Amino acid sequence: MTSPGGDHRIDLLLRDLAPQVLGVVVRRCRDFAASEDAVQEALIAATDQWPREGVPEHPRGWLVRVALRRVTDTVRSDISRRKREAVAADELPLAIAPVMSDESDIDPNDSLVLLFMCCHPSLTSASAIALTLRAVGGLTTAEIAKAFLVPESTIGQRISRAKQSIKSSAVPFQMPDAGESVDRLSSVLHVLYLIFSEGYTASSGAELQRTDLSGEAIRLTRQVRRLLPENPDVAGLLALMLLTDARRLARTGPNGELIPLDEQDRSLWHRRAIEEGVALVSEALARGSVGEYQVQAAIAAVHDEAARVEDTDWPQVQALYEMLIRLTDSPLARLNHAIAAAMVEGPLAGLRLLEPLESDERLRNSHRLDAVRAHLLERAGQREKAVELYRVAAAKTTSLPERNYLLRKAGDG
Amino acid sequence: MKYMLIMNTPKDGYTQYMNWPRKVLEANMAFMRTFTRKLGEAGELVDTVGLASPQQAKLVRAGKDGKPVTDGVFPESKEFLAGYWIIDVESPERALAIAAEAAAAPGVPVKAADGSTIDHLWIEVREVMNSVQDMK
Repeated sequence: MTSPGGDHRIDLLLRDLAPQVLGVVVRRCRDFAASEDAVQEALIAATDQWPREGVPEHPRGWLVRVALRRVTDTVRSDISRRKREAVAADELPLAIAPVMSDESDIDPNDSLVLLFMCCHPSLTSASAIALTLRAVGGLTTAEIAKAFLVPESTIGQRISRAKQSIKSSAVPFQMPDAGESVDRLSSVLHVLYLIFSEGYTASSGAELQRTDLSGEAIRLTRQVRRLLPENPDVAGLLALMLLTDARRLARTGPNGELIPLDEQDRSLWHRRAIEEGVALVSEALARGSVGEYQVQAAIAAVHDEAARVEDTDWPQVQALYEMLIRLTDSPLARLNHAIAAAMVEGPLAGLRLLEPLESDERLRNSHRLDAVRAHLLERAGQREKAVELYRVAAAKTTSLPERNYLLRKAGDG
Repeated sequence: MKYMLIMNTPKDGYTQYMNWPRKVLEANMAFMRTFTRKLGEAGELVDTVGLASPQQAKLVRAGKDGKPVTDGVFPESKEFLAGYWIIDVESPERALAIAAEAAAAPGVPVKAADGSTIDHLWIEVREVMNSVQDMK
C-alpha cells in the first residue's frame, strides 16, 4: 500500500490494520471473498484520502465502515439484478447494521485465523503467497505483481482462484481444531518462508525497485510470534529470517554481484537483527523441540556470531548439518554438511561425503553439486579439475549473479 | 519458476499456414486463443508475443559509420522464432505439461527447409535466468 504522498506512517498503519479490519468484516458478512475485495477497496480509498484529509480519529472503524458499505453495495446490486426472485429485505446480510464503536469486535486472533485460511493446504503455494500478501499483508495486487515480476492480472487471477478454492472447500473462518493445527501451522510457516526467500535475492538493476518481500515476511512472522509466543517453530523461523536478512547489505557488491559468506565485509552485518535472532533461537532450542527452522537458524547464528570467517565454529556447523540431514533428508543439507566437514577434517573428507550424492536424482540437473565439488577440489589443490567444474556449474545455473560468481571463480588464479 | 515456451517456424512457414484448409486454420487460431486465455486464468501467464512473418526479417550489422547494414543473407536451413509464451509455474513438470498442451494445437504438417515433412508445431522449453535464492 503506497500512498501518493508516500506517507510511510500511513502505509504502515494501513497494513497493520488490514487483517484486523478484514477479520471484523468477514465475521459480520460471512463471505470471505467479498469481504476481502471490499477491504482492499477501503484500503485504497484510505491511501487516497488520509494523506490529504488527515488520519481519522478511529482509523480502524473508518476502514470497517467503508468496507462494510462496499459489501452492502455489492450485495444490493446483486439483489437488484435478481429482483425477479423477489428477495426479501431480511436477506441483506448483517453488513447493513450500523457499525458501533471502534474496539468492540476486534479479535486479536483474526490475523492468525486469516493466515490459516490464506495458507490452507488446498491452495497452490503461488496462490497462497499472493492471497496472504494481500489479505494479511495489506499489499495491493499491483505491489505483489511488481515484487514477483509478473503482470498484475496474473496475480489477480491467483488471488481469485485462491478465494474460489477457499469457498469450495468451505474452510470455516475460525481457528483450526487441535487435531489439525500442527499441520495447518506448518503450511503457514512454509508460505512465510517462501515469501522470505523470494525476497532474499541479489539486488541488481531494476530489481532494486522490488517490494521488500523479506521485510514483509519478517513483519508477518513477528505477528504470528506475538500470537503464539510459546511456539518454538515460529520462533525458529523468525530467528532464521532475522539472521539471514542481517547479512543482506554484505552479500551483494555494487554491481549486484554475489559475495559469498567467507568474503563478506562482516562490519556491514546488522548487529541488532543478529542479537535478536540469536536470542530467539537460543530460547527456542532451550525448549527442547528441535525442528527444521530452529536448526537452520542455529547454523545461521553460528556464522553470524563469528567476527571473522576464521573464527567460525565449524565443528558446531558440521554437527548442526548432521541434525538437519536427519530432520529433512535434504540434498542441500548434505552439500552444506560436506563443506563444513571439509573445514573441520580437510577437503578430501568433504569430497568423500559428496560421492553418494552423484547418484541423487534430486541433484541431477542442479549446478550445486558441481559447484561444491569445484570448491573442495580447489582447496585440495586440484585447480585444473576445479576450473572445469566451476564452468560446468556456471553453464547449469539459472541464476545470473551465481553464474557470474562461478565464472569469476573459474577465472581466478 | 519462469519458463519461455518457444515456437519456431521455417522461413516460409507463415505462407504454408495461410494455405491450410480454412477449417484447420480457424481451429488452430481458436485453440491458441483458448490456450492463452486459460493460462491467464490459471495465474500462470507472464507474457506472450507473436511475431510477424520471418519473410520480413532483416539481418542487421553495424556499418563502419555505425549505421545499420541490412544486406545479410539468412542460411537456408535457419529456423525462425514465431512467438513465445513466458509462464510462471510451480515446477518444471508443469512447464512441460503446458508445452505439450500447446503442441497439441490442430494443424497440418509443414515442409522444413531441407524438404522433409515435420510436425507443424513443437515447443522449445527454456528456463528464464533469475536472481539467486540462497538460504545458506
